[in-house]
Amino acid sequence: MSVDVSEMSFEEALRELEQVVGQLERGEVPLDQSIALYERGAALKKRCEAKLKEAEEKVAKLTLDGDGNPVGTAPLDG
Amino acid sequence: MDLIDDPETAGNTPEFTVSELSGAVKRTIEGEFGQVRVKAEVGRVVRARSGHLYFDLKDDRNVLACTTWKGQVAQLSVTPEEGMEVVVQGRMTTFGSQSKYQLNATEVSVAGVGALMAMLEKRKKALDAEGLFAAERKQPLPFLPDIIGVVTSPTGAVIRDILHRLRDRFPRKVLVWPVAVQGQACAPQVARAIEGFNAMSPGGALPRPDVIIVARGGGSIEDLWGFNEEVVARAAAGSDIPLISAVGHETDTTLIDYVSDRRAPTPTAAAEMAVPVRMELVAAVDQMGARASRAVTESVAGRKQRVKDLWRAAPNPQQLADDAKQRYDYWAEKLDAALIRRVTDGRLQLGHAAGLLRPSVLNTRTAQGRDRLTGLKTRLAPALTRTTAQARRDLDQRANRLRPEAVTAAKSRAERDFTATLARLVTAAHTRTERARTRLEAMDRMRETLGYRATLERGYAVVRGDGAVVTNAKDAKSASSIEIEFADGVLKPSPVAPKAKPKPKTSPPDQGNLF
Repeated sequence: MSVDVSEMSFEEALRELEQVVGQLERGEVPLDQSIALYERGAALKKRCEAKLKEAEEKVAKLTLDGDGNPVGTAPLDG
Repeated sequence: MDLIDDPETAGNTPEFTVSELSGAVKRTIEGEFGQVRVKAEVGRVVRARSGHLYFDLKDDRNVLACTTWKGQVAQLSVTPEEGMEVVVQGRMTTFGSQSKYQLNATEVSVAGVGALMAMLEKRKKALDAEGLFAAERKQPLPFLPDIIGVVTSPTGAVIRDILHRLRDRFPRKVLVWPVAVQGQACAPQVARAIEGFNAMSPGGALPRPDVIIVARGGGSIEDLWGFNEEVVARAAAGSDIPLISAVGHETDTTLIDYVSDRRAPTPTAAAEMAVPVRMELVAAVDQMGARASRAVTESVAGRKQRVKDLWRAAPNPQQLADDAKQRYDYWAEKLDAALIRRVTDGRLQLGHAAGLLRPSVLNTRTAQGRDRLTGLKTRLAPALTRTTAQARRDLDQRANRLRPEAVTAAKSRAERDFTATLARLVTAAHTRTERARTRLEAMDRMRETLGYRATLERGYAVVRGDGAVVTNAKDAKSASSIEIEFADGVLKPSPVAPKAKPKPKTSPPDQGNLF
């Protein structure tokens, strides 16, 4: 319960969400803790959804100078 | 006959200088063998610090020296390695300063596919021995990369296939590093691209990718050869960013496939490895949210039920009170009986004690007291007499010890002490007076010495005018009388007025009389 949810990657958030759901389903946590756990789960779910919403396609081609060093990007005219 | 002078040895054969001959040989060789192709095995290879490449071609009997100048090296299809079967193309020339002929090699290619594969096997073995293919070197791919770096040709089907599949699964940011995917430039550019992506900083102007795909479509072994070059394999092995290789078709395996973290059979498959399917994840997350809600709801409901069940088994309050009431009744009844018994007992004890209280008991105790008083009275008189006699004896004893001798002795001792002390006092007073006198005399002598009179003895004199001491001539002149004190007396010189007379004669005030 220590890691800040907003710092998590999608995978970390999803993995912890699975654990939280599992714990809640097994009913092995005391009632007041289960409320906190549920809230944590809600935050994790929100994080996952936010990361899933970031599904933005953006394709760029690097522009290289004469020595082959990247100097910028340009749209890919594929 | 001198041999040197023999005219016949010169004959009419023309004489060359070395350079002329060397130049003639050069022209002949370059004219005769303008462009040649040689198939041979590579012998010794030396890359000079200058950048020029020197190597030998050999067969079982002869060796041909080859040179490729710095500027030409980049154009070679393959860099010759010792033992490689090659076909070399170039111009024959000579190196006059060392009397050598050589081939300026402008193209080196591997002689046949078999030779190429043999060379690849050799490289593979070397890199494997270094541990570059080891399973523990493989990095896991990120589950959901934010940025995907693609090293490939910016045009063509490959990049389109990758982007298409990414869009289907999970649209992401894609950064394409354009490279040549075949030919001379391929290997250095691909290696440079892998290193370049690794050199980027996360979140920078050019953001560092979380995963790299190196991709190329199918082609002949020669077309794919760039991905078999050691420089590419080393760059891929050294990549800190997880790398997926997708070069050629599924059946083509290039050197980069051995060192990459994952090998994809096709560029499309590489895209599938790079990202998960978004819609599946959305569904999974939704499902998990629903499960969590259900679990919490069920958990609360279950607990509520348990509370209800437990409460049902609890005894009712009336029953709890009944028990207490019964116990109260039992003890309340016993209370009256207990009080009555206690009073009865008390009365019984009082009767017993009153029986014991009689006058005869008191009389007996009075008689005993009187007997003791009588006994004590008879012992009183003799005890007093005894005490008085003892006191008198003590007094007599002390009076006997009281004598005048002790007082007399003390008196005479005090007198002696007084006389002695007085004598010491007189002596001391005398000594002090003496000492004071001696000091006084000494000081008087000192005073005499320091006083002006002593200086008179040494020839000085004191001049007084009108009774006061005169210290300069001006005062002496104005004094009406002068006294000079010498050591042995005072001299009063007669007035010196006559001597002063000539002065008024010459003095200017005389002229003032003209007025």
